[in-house]
Amino acid sequence: MTKEPKPNDTLLLEMRQIDKSFPGVHALKNVSMKLNRGEVLGLVGENGAGKSTLIKVLGGAHPPDAGKILIEGRLAHIPSPTAAQQAGVSIIYQEFNLIPDLTVTENIFLGREKTRMGLVRASEEHQKTLQLFKKIGISINPNARCNELTVAQQQTAEIAKALSVNAKIIVMDEPTATLTTQETERLFAIVRDLKSHGLGIIYISHRLDEIFEVADRAMVLRDGEHVGTEDTNNITREKLIEMMVGRPVESEFPKRTASPGLERLRVEDLCRGKAVRNVSFSAQAGEVLGFAGLVGAGRTETMRLIFGADRPDKGRIFIDGKQTNIRSPCDAIRNRICLLTEDRKGQGLVLIHSCRENFGLPNLDRFIRGLFLDQRKERKEFSGFVESLKIKTSSHEQLTMNLSGGNQQKVVLAKWLARNADIMIFDEPTRGIDVGTKYEIYLLMNRLADEGKTIIMISSELPEILGLSDRIIVMHEGRVKGEITDVANTTQEDILSMAIA
Amino acid sequence: MTRKLLSDYGMLFVLLLLCVLFSVLTLKEQTPEGSTAAARLVEQIDKEFKKSDIILTVGAVNKDSALLAEKLGEELEKKGFGNTKVVIGVPRDLRLKLDDISKKGDRLAAIVTSGDVTKWGVIEQIPEKYPELSGCKMLAPKSYIWPDFLKRSNLLAIVDRIVVIALIAIGMTMVIITAGIDLSVGSLIALSAVIGTLLMKKMGGLHAPGWVVLVGFLAGILSCGLVGALGGLVVARFKVAPFITTLGIMMMARGLAFMITGGFSIYQVPKALPWLGQGYSLGIPNTVVLLVVLYVLAHIFMAHTRMGRYIYAVGGNEEAARLSGVPVKFVIVFVYIISSLAAGLGGCIQASQLNTGTPNIGMMYELYVIAAVVVGGTSLSGGSGRILGTLIGAFIISVIQNGMNLLGIESYTQQVVLGAVILGAVLLDKARSSGGLIAFLQKKMNF
Repeated sequence: MTKEPKPNDTLLLEMRQIDKSFPGVHALKNVSMKLNRGEVLGLVGENGAGKSTLIKVLGGAHPPDAGKILIEGRLAHIPSPTAAQQAGVSIIYQEFNLIPDLTVTENIFLGREKTRMGLVRASEEHQKTLQLFKKIGISINPNARCNELTVAQQQTAEIAKALSVNAKIIVMDEPTATLTTQETERLFAIVRDLKSHGLGIIYISHRLDEIFEVADRAMVLRDGEHVGTEDTNNITREKLIEMMVGRPVESEFPKRTASPGLERLRVEDLCRGKAVRNVSFSAQAGEVLGFAGLVGAGRTETMRLIFGADRPDKGRIFIDGKQTNIRSPCDAIRNRICLLTEDRKGQGLVLIHSCRENFGLPNLDRFIRGLFLDQRKERKEFSGFVESLKIKTSSHEQLTMNLSGGNQQKVVLAKWLARNADIMIFDEPTRGIDVGTKYEIYLLMNRLADEGKTIIMISSELPEILGLSDRIIVMHEGRVKGEITDVANTTQEDILSMAIA
Repeated sequence: MTRKLLSDYGMLFVLLLLCVLFSVLTLKEQTPEGSTAAARLVEQIDKEFKKSDIILTVGAVNKDSALLAEKLGEELEKKGFGNTKVVIGVPRDLRLKLDDISKKGDRLAAIVTSGDVTKWGVIEQIPEKYPELSGCKMLAPKSYIWPDFLKRSNLLAIVDRIVVIALIAIGMTMVIITAGIDLSVGSLIALSAVIGTLLMKKMGGLHAPGWVVLVGFLAGILSCGLVGALGGLVVARFKVAPFITTLGIMMMARGLAFMITGGFSIYQVPKALPWLGQGYSLGIPNTVVLLVVLYVLAHIFMAHTRMGRYIYAVGGNEEAARLSGVPVKFVIVFVYIISSLAAGLGGCIQASQLNTGTPNIGMMYELYVIAAVVVGGTSLSGGSGRILGTLIGAFIISVIQNGMNLLGIESYTQQVVLGAVILGAVLLDKARSSGGLIAFLQKKMNF
């Protein structure tokens, strides 16, 4: 199945028969893996397959119930993230561990400040940071505060931080989820560079193109089990997907026949600071309207104005031809608009509350009976969605923080579907979500459009935009750069050239 | 079900444990007092003695035994024991009485004692010093073993002591669940009390009818509600940290309370004022009835209404709540109003208990209230907590204080112990939620 075992000195990391259970979930079942020096190992699998758990075991966040970790042939005891760092393991999580108010340099040296007589030697740190940046060819101002950086820049800062502690093994969890195509290319260059220096890299991604481009081998997990590890040169994309989902998959995007109806939403001259400048567009009933553009092009900001999450400086919003004043999300919901935010954990869910409570939150007005909540009705309705969306939870009362990304997104979907809004805005609906669930979400969006709803979808994945939209609006630096009506004859390059220039 | 109960109200077990502990530590021989003991003795005497017999009932001055002796005297008189004599005083009084009887040459039939009197030297020396009286019978009610802690009067004292804090803790729980804090409640107690009693004084004072008390209470409570609304608006609208906002209000409200009264207490209050804080309905203190009713209502409110769910959601993730259509600002203003109203009501009870309005009451109460909420399992970071947990937390604090009083621990030591117990309780709660004490320690000591 795998390659010939290499001589032991090239073997960097070995995880032997790792087993881990959480209450109600057997997350890892006797999973073993090997990582060589100078190798990129792609780790793939659907949400909840156990990728994150495996990485957290390696990173010291979860102690395994059974199994061993060997680094360079020696047994490694990793009870905490600090121990992992000392053992040479650096993990770059999806949610960055940078402190927003500190500068890049301060973050890189956080906890290991260069000091003399108790005082921080800022200039030395600055120099070291510059050297490091030069080595991996990035150009960020080391004195910039992290909250001023783009997502891509934050990520490179994280990589620099990992390198600065002499990591031997770097784990990247969905590193490209929020990157543009160019930024992704730059990241791959860095990864290849790290590889040539003899580091071992574990690369987790749902984007299989990337796995094939950057990884040497791909390791597939499904339901906590190790399904197999394959040389990326010897396996096809279809075969890999089949291993992940456990059944053959025909197409990545469902077929779509557009039948737009009347104009439902019209936005005129919407402005807010520099983020949104004179944005005008309209969306019809029964249409999927895609919003393309680089990260920071003002797409999310525009949608937040429509949803009342922020107040516009000026501009008008018409719903069904009538000018509507939307001053808060409450107003928007009353006008049958809903927004599924890109940041599920920060804005979509109350993580410390249960699935049912999160589901109920925007729907409580419908569950009122007299003075009180009819919790039986709430449970019953949620059960329906658990079934139809195939949400994997141990119970309705499971905390949403304990769900996998895909299931979290499904809870968010459920809470808004129950609202039965006419205008549904999806902001990066499939970010960090596995192939199987992605397809389910695509089908759902299609169905909603067929039912006559207006679907607005922001996505940074061009194939997704092209595969799903009836019409595409491209934004750049807060402005609408152009509109594409003939989606079938448009290529990724066409959109990209509009989005960049 | 038990599991859930344990995780929701683990502190209940701590409370029960404390009760058991103090019960054991305060176990003591108790002498029955009151009418049942008296009735039983009267019955016994009626059976064994003739109506003409001389019977002496003895009680130590200012002790329970005195009450019993008097009571017995009355009852026996009624039954027709004409020669009953009641002696209440010190041992010397009894000796004089015995001398008197022995001089007259009367035959003493029985001496009834109780409590400490039984152990008086005079009584033990009767056979030697008064051989002529040695034929008399000694009677005493049967004593029994029972903890001081569990005496009815003590249990009522526990409730009495905590009622104001427990009541205000309802509002504080809601505020803390929204990830806020309200430091102003202690001062609002004073503000409400002085506004209320001042109004009662102006509306007739001592001789004012009962409804004036009600008006005064309402005025005090509503003024506090107004202050709370202002504070809530500052927090919600101008995004000033709750700690700072309510710290400012705390100072202002205390100052106002002193300004209004010129620093003096208000004594010219209606006769009906003590009813709320000291009165009983159907044998239960009114404060207890109020406490139970309000806790039940608050529990239902938090667990079964839309607003309750919104309060949890705002504390759990304010932005997610706002984007789900929760009127976040309204919710925040609402909880500060409730907290202030509760503090206002607390002020009324306090005024009623003391039968006066004083501007320096309720000092440091905010800290006890917050301690009760936190011991009750509500997280200061917001989003989680239970109303009934808070009630348990309040009782834990009160029981500890009461228990230490009973054990005669001095008040400085009490402060140290109370502080340590609050910390310990919260740590224990954390341990429980992370899978047991041992696992917790292992995890934390690894670092």
